[in-house]
This record gives sequence, structure tokens and C-alpha cells, in this order.
Amino acid sequence: MQALYGQLVVGLINGSFYALLSLGLAVIFGMLNIINFAHGAFYMMGAFAAYFLLNWAGLGYWWALVLAPLMVGAVGVLVERTMLQWLTGLDHLYGLLLTFGLALVIQGVFQNEFGSSGLPYAIPAELRGAQNLGFMFLPNYRAWVIVFSLVVCLATWFVIERTKLGAYLRAATERPELVRAFGIDVPRMITLTYGFGVALAALAGVLAAPINQVRPLMGADFIIVVFAVVVIGGMGSIMGSIVTGFALGLIEGLTKYFYPEASSTVVFVIMAIVLLVKPNGLFGRTA
Amino acid sequence: MQSRTITALLAAVAATALTVGSAAAQDNKTVRIGNLSDQSGLYADLGGPGSTLAAQMAIEDSGLLAKGWKIDVIAGDHQNKPDVGTNIARQWYDVDKVDVIVDTPNSGVALAVNQVTREKNKAFLNSGAATSDLSGKACSPNTVHWTYDTWMLAHGTGEAVVKSGGDSWFFLTADYAFGHALERDTTEVVKANKGTVTGAVRHPLNTADFSSFLLQAQSSKAKIIGLANAGGDTTNSIKQASEFGITAGGQKLAALLLFLPDVHALGLQVAQGLTFTETFYWDLNDQTRAFSKRFSERMKNKMMPSMVHAGVYSAVLHYLKAMETFGGNPGDGAKVVAKMKEMPTDDALFGKGTIRADGRKLHPAYLFEVKKPAESKGPWDYYKLVATIPADKAFRPTAEGGCPLVK
Repeated sequence: MQALYGQLVVGLINGSFYALLSLGLAVIFGMLNIINFAHGAFYMMGAFAAYFLLNWAGLGYWWALVLAPLMVGAVGVLVERTMLQWLTGLDHLYGLLLTFGLALVIQGVFQNEFGSSGLPYAIPAELRGAQNLGFMFLPNYRAWVIVFSLVVCLATWFVIERTKLGAYLRAATERPELVRAFGIDVPRMITLTYGFGVALAALAGVLAAPINQVRPLMGADFIIVVFAVVVIGGMGSIMGSIVTGFALGLIEGLTKYFYPEASSTVVFVIMAIVLLVKPNGLFGRTA
Repeated sequence: MQSRTITALLAAVAATALTVGSAAAQDNKTVRIGNLSDQSGLYADLGGPGSTLAAQMAIEDSGLLAKGWKIDVIAGDHQNKPDVGTNIARQWYDVDKVDVIVDTPNSGVALAVNQVTREKNKAFLNSGAATSDLSGKACSPNTVHWTYDTWMLAHGTGEAVVKSGGDSWFFLTADYAFGHALERDTTEVVKANKGTVTGAVRHPLNTADFSSFLLQAQSSKAKIIGLANAGGDTTNSIKQASEFGITAGGQKLAALLLFLPDVHALGLQVAQGLTFTETFYWDLNDQTRAFSKRFSERMKNKMMPSMVHAGVYSAVLHYLKAMETFGGNPGDGAKVVAKMKEMPTDDALFGKGTIRADGRKLHPAYLFEVKKPAESKGPWDYYKLVATIPADKAFRPTAEGGCPLVK
């Protein structure tokens, strides 16, 4: 039983990564209608940005938490301005293909430069050590990851669903011409939204750097699962991506306990079942 | 007079025959080597592009190019999928005129390529895969298993750990041919030394998060957590084990298979104190240092060679030596491999050795310990030599392998 509680906590930690990443995807899909396959690559770039900041500029983890998302977010803005904006109004497939190709190029470049086995990134001194919860040993850093990503997720949800800025954003995706008539710069809003989604991915990358090796393929291994999370939650649903992110982390943790061999496929089994029962996902709006 | 004419005629015929003979051999002085490896995934740094370079260096060092041979090496990515590996092997053998496949980490892929190579009567010089079945029940007259295997790892590291008091084990096993073989071989060693195995958890290949598995290992209360995995899986398990306080809690990790790039990726802070077995390290002696320096200068990221790279170099060099004794490429894999087994091996990296009838290459193995950060004098100075296991003790005795070739 003790081990089971441990698995639940660990599941929650993985769930927080799923939630952060799928949240970014949901924001981008909701606002730009683009299935952002480059999300995993941006997540990886976030981790590498943290590594560069530490080793080339001497700036530690806390700086990376702020600067890495800004840097990678800026790359996102550039990508949106130079490539994605030309796809407005076209079928989803074009965005998917473009971002998928982009992901392959980015990963290839990093792999060519840094090899595949990864680079070390240490846990910041303030968060080393662990708490003995009685049933398990919880590293402080992991506890921090759960709390921090939960706060970021809820803040994002709040901004989009409950503030004036969020209302503009949602309006701009529904009726761009009308919003433009009110004197609001819709293209800029869309660009910044993409940059924000990308920055969320980079933030998750910084959080992951001390746990995993900083590897060029760290995003590629992750992204398919995250897409499954988004599909289960309902494409574009903000709350859906947060809730399913955490829930699937938990389910995966339980699978690792009861039947570890299936832990890499359980998410897809759930996806298949959900799509059969609710084709728009658990939180998706009916078309 | 007449006899002189006959002699001249005979001489002319002989000369013509000789010319024709050598012309035929000359046509055949072409060898194509295929480096079938993981070029982009979790084993790419220990094999991958480095193995292509190692094969290239062996070609250059063989001296055959100067003697008019045409030898080249091509590379393919098996992506750790046996079906992809098999398809590339077939394409190479049937269409691209490849004579010999080298490297091929990932035991699942290696066992598949082993089969194809035998069907096509080519040669397979495996350096990267670990499963001891390659020279056991799956042995083939076309295959040489060069660098290391699971039996060697189990006996080298496993035995050292059990004898130093680690008598109860829990395994973290990569869920495919290699992990299963390593777990099986190590379990035998643990039990033979009166230890116990309390359990095992099988994780999918290429797992990023090991915390759940580590928690299970932790609750097993075993003294030793045996890592029957490799590459990125091993580095992630080691890193996360230190994070979850596993080693601080009194349990010890036994990394059954650890390569130089893994230690480099982990950093000494995390990797220090790990004990493991390898058959090559760049800083063993003057010859290995000289080779490694040349290798590192030509590698894009300036890395030192892993034991897999060293094995590819040594295997290709010996293959080409055997090829040279034929005076040309006989186009018969089994024949070349039989010749390789006849000739003693001798190279700068592994020293003198032999290849057994079951295809097992024999050389010493070394028990290493990872240095503490303070002990390391510079980049890539990572290992301390703990013990040398002589060639006749390092690998499984022929009789125990169940290889049909030697029955």
C-alpha cells in the first residue's frame, strides 16, 4: 500500500509536465488553429537554454526559469512571423506538417552538435534533499515541480478564461474581423499567443532539465504522449488539458506499479477508448 | 630447337594464366563495410557515427588501400527496431553489395541481423550488442561477437558486487532481448554466490522517468539495485536514484553496463563510485591513448572512443587481415570468418587474443570504478582500474553456451 501512495505522488509529478506541455498546445490550437508539432522541440530548447545559461553565462536555475522561456518564446515569435502566419485559414494539416518538419530540423541540429546521450544539469542547491513522507522519499525538487506547474497552469487558465485580455483573445479567434474593427491588432495578439505557448513548453523544459539528462530527443520522446493528453482532454480546451494532464500522469504511475510493461502504451489505450465514447475529448466542445 | 620452342610456349601459357589469375583477383579487391547502428537514439553516442569513424580508421590502418584495394564504409540507422534493421541488412546485402555488417548495438536488432547474415552468407562483426546468445544458442558461422557480452558483464560486475557483501538484488530491466539476457545471466551469478534475487521490474526501452520503478526497487529492501539496461536508460536511472535518496538510504546501484559516453553525460558528481566492467578504456596504455587521441581529433564533438568503437576498429582490422590472406575478396562470409578464427588477433586496442569456434572473441576484461571529481585530472579522465579479469576467465566457457556449432 505504501508503494502505491508513492506511485500516486510520482504520477502527479509526471502529470504536471503533461499538463504544462498540453496547456501550451491547447492555447496554441485554441487561438491559432495550429497543431504545434514543434512543441517537443521547444521543450528541449528550454532545457538546453538552461544549460547554456549556466555553462556559458554563469546564470543558474532561477535565472533560467525566467530567461529560458523568454529566449525560446522569442524564437517562437520569429517562427510565427516568418512561417506560420502564412498558413492562416488553411487546413490544420499544413500547420502540422510545417511544425513537424521544423521539429525534425531543430532536433537534428542539436543532435549533430551535442550528441545523443545528453548533458548534465544539476538540481539547484536550494532544492536539494528530500522529505521522508513515511510511505515514500519525496525529493524537494519534485515537490517544487508539482506546486510550480500547478500555479502556472491555473494562472494561465485564469488569464484566458477570466480576464479582459483573455476575452479579447477568445473573441479574436472567433471573429477576427469584428475584433479588428474595435482597433485591436489581431495578428500581433496571435503572434504573442504563439510565443507564450512556446514559452510554456520551454518552461517545462527548464523544469525537466535537472530530472532528466538535457538531451536533443527529450521532447521527441514526450510529445506523442502529450498529444494524446490533448486529444483526450479535448483539442483546445484549457481546463481539459490541465485536468487530463494530471489525471493521465496518475494513471501512468499506477500502470507502472501494477503492470510496468504497459506503461508506455496505457495512455494510447485510454485515448482510443475516450475517442470511441466522446469523439471531441472529455472537455471538448461539440462541433 | 624443338624442345626450346615447347619451353617458350609453356612459359607463355603459364604467364598468360598468371596474368588472368591476378586480373581476376584484382577485380575482386573491393570490400564494402556497412555500419548498421543506432545513429540517432539512446545508443547513438556509444556506437553510431563513432563506429563509422572507427571502421574508417581500421581501413586506413590496414594498409590495404595502398595495395590497390577499394574498401569503403556506409552507415545505416536501425532506430532500435529489429524490422528496420533487417530491412537495411537485406537491402545492403542484396542491392548495395555490402560484404560485412559491423557494430549493431541493441540485442533485438543484432539477433535479427545475425539470422539474415547467415542466410546470405555474409559476415557480421558485432561490437555493440550485449546478448550472450550471439555466441550461445544463436551462434552462426558468419558471426563474430567482438567486444563484450551479458555473461561477461554479469560475472565481472555481478560477482564483484556479491563478493563485497551485496547479496540481495532487485533488477531494473530494459524490456527486450538485451535486458532479459543480462538479468538472466546476472541472476545465475548472484545465486551461484549464495545471494538472492528479491524481484525485478521491466521497463520499456527509452524511458525518461524512472521514479516509479525506483520506488518499487526501494520498497523491495534489496541491498543492490541491478540496472540491466543501457545508454540513456542507465544514465536516467542513476541520476534519479540519487535524487530519490536511494543510495543515501543504504541501497547500492550496480550499473551492469556502463559506457564512457554515459559517464560523460552523467558527470562525475553523480557517477562517482560506480563499479562496472568494460573491455576497453582509452587511458589503459600508450597504444590505447595514441589511438584514442587520433579518434577524438576526428570526432565532431571530440569525444573519446567507447569500448564499442574500439571493438569495431579491432574487428574490421582483423577482418581485413583475413581478407588479405585470400589475395582478394572471396565473396564468401563464412569462409572469411573461418579464416578470422584461424588467425590469432593482435591489435593496439585489445592486445593479443583469439576468436573461438562459437564466434566469441576473447580478450581481458577490466573492473573499473568511476573517479571522484577531485581525482579526475582533466576531460575524459573518469576511470580507476580496480581489477583485470584474464581472457580465459572473462567470457563464458564454450561448453556452457549451447552453441550448435561446437557440439
